[in-house]
Amino acid sequence: MSTHEYRLIASSKSPEDLVQYDRVDVSLYNDPALFEAELEKIFYRTWVWVAHESEVRNSGDFKTATIGRRPVIVVRDKKGNINVLENRCRHRGATVCEKHKGNATGFTCPYHSWSYGLDGKLRALPYPDGYEGILEKSELPLTSLRVESYAGMVFASYNDEIEPLEDFLGGAKHWMDLFMKQGAGFPIKTQGEHKFSFKGNWKIQLENTTDGYHFPIVHKSFMSSVDEETSEMLSFMTDEQAVTHSLGNGHSVMVMVPEHVDLDHDDGTEQLQERFAHVTEELSKTMEPAQVRRIVRSLHGAGFNLNLFPNVAMSMSFFRVLRPVSVTETEIRHVALGMDGGPEIANRERMRIHEHFQGPFGFGSPDDAEAWDRVQRGSYAGVDAPILVNRGLNREITAENGDKVSHATDEGGMRGAYDMWKRMMSQ
Amino acid sequence: MSNHDTLNGFSGPLAQAIEFIWREAELLDHKNYAEWATLWSDSGKYIVPIDPDTEDFEANLNYAYDDARMRDLRIERLTAGYSPSAVDAAKTIRTISRFRLVEAAGDIVEVNSAQLLYAYKRGVHTPFVADLNHRIRFTDGVPSLERKVVRLINSTDSLSALGFLL
Repeated sequence: MSTHEYRLIASSKSPEDLVQYDRVDVSLYNDPALFEAELEKIFYRTWVWVAHESEVRNSGDFKTATIGRRPVIVVRDKKGNINVLENRCRHRGATVCEKHKGNATGFTCPYHSWSYGLDGKLRALPYPDGYEGILEKSELPLTSLRVESYAGMVFASYNDEIEPLEDFLGGAKHWMDLFMKQGAGFPIKTQGEHKFSFKGNWKIQLENTTDGYHFPIVHKSFMSSVDEETSEMLSFMTDEQAVTHSLGNGHSVMVMVPEHVDLDHDDGTEQLQERFAHVTEELSKTMEPAQVRRIVRSLHGAGFNLNLFPNVAMSMSFFRVLRPVSVTETEIRHVALGMDGGPEIANRERMRIHEHFQGPFGFGSPDDAEAWDRVQRGSYAGVDAPILVNRGLNREITAENGDKVSHATDEGGMRGAYDMWKRMMSQ
Repeated sequence: MSNHDTLNGFSGPLAQAIEFIWREAELLDHKNYAEWATLWSDSGKYIVPIDPDTEDFEANLNYAYDDARMRDLRIERLTAGYSPSAVDAAKTIRTISRFRLVEAAGDIVEVNSAQLLYAYKRGVHTPFVADLNHRIRFTDGVPSLERKVVRLINSTDSLSALGFLL
């Protein structure tokens, strides 16, 4: 019996047994067989976020990414199309690119110099006489994935039969559009990222972005480090307008700052934060007051976290991207955002805000990582005790558009994600 | 034998700087952040960059870019007892060597060095390997830190979250 067969037999419970609406089995965090099945049935079948368009702005711009365990290259070709190519030479399988990002005219395998174009086509190989009559270059491009974008967010899929991206995103599209309004009239661009990893299952992180309940507890030290206005802005525990919508297909949105859901909407009553006085003053030298307000009100980002199943969240002022490394290890990227062509002083302020909370040295992320590490370690105790995701079931309602709505501190977003997990794992 | 004896043979400014850097390292390993805070000048910057090549830290995203205000907040966070990652922080031991005097101009001494740090937590040793750059101001022989830059060897890859200072 191979290891693979053994693993599949070891996990005898069905997805229906493992996930009930208000609870999930603890093996979802620590069963290697389930992890392998998740790669096959979720990460290699659905739409997975790979890039923001600003990361591959010009012809030849590329970044490397990973879908599940599979390395890919996201690259813009000469026609302006964004391609997602398997990072694997068609000859003997070496990766053709090991840089995180850059600009290239093509990709050449270091092993035998097979070279590929930005569209993945095999352009040339050395000493071709050994292949005469047995190899057709047109049949051996770097393997392409399906690629579609919405609101500048680029997704790829290994599944040629998958539904169009926009159908998959469904009700989340409206929130993606709202999220991008933090550009204050400028397009959004990425401006660097923090990467860190923790010894825990990827779904622990997936849950966290829609977990308002932990915020004042785990992030007490962060909250005590910010000014009173910011602390007040993030105090949503008893705010009735702070709600979570489960949007279908595993996506969800958690509203934390209701007045910043639609940043175009400004009734003029909000005082610009004192901490940004130096930005306000500088911008006011050259800009109309309305535009200054628009930029300064957007410095903290949108007033919500939008979770897109399975691997990306648009979280207030940044993207959170998760990569499952193994059943017990996950890598996370916190991608900082700015205004493309916007005022430098405001973009720098956004970077300072990002540094304050995010990343392995931030005032927030390490405390999250500590909590997640504890969840993973605890999952090996009490295997019969389920993980509870029932908070707020007593007040969950179904809106006219079908969204399940409860409070931002409730676990409706997690219930939605696990429902999608069950659907995909039952395929 | 004191550090001073150990450093016999180094030039005056470099020896003084090394003594200071070792003292700072011991304070950090002992998590004596209150005393560490006193090593800094008011204009001092503590920087852990991501981009391995940049010198323009303000224009780039860093892991840490702390002026006096942010340093105070960071120390408060590490010592107040509310931060789960700081309360259960890894133990650390670091050694610093490969010192090179970059410049000694006026009262400023700038020194490059290499730091090997091991963090230990819950059965796991995690190395944090970095190039350091210290700019130290000596006022009447009393050192204060004007800038410390910690360039991690793996700054562009993923790191483990940490509840201590590099």
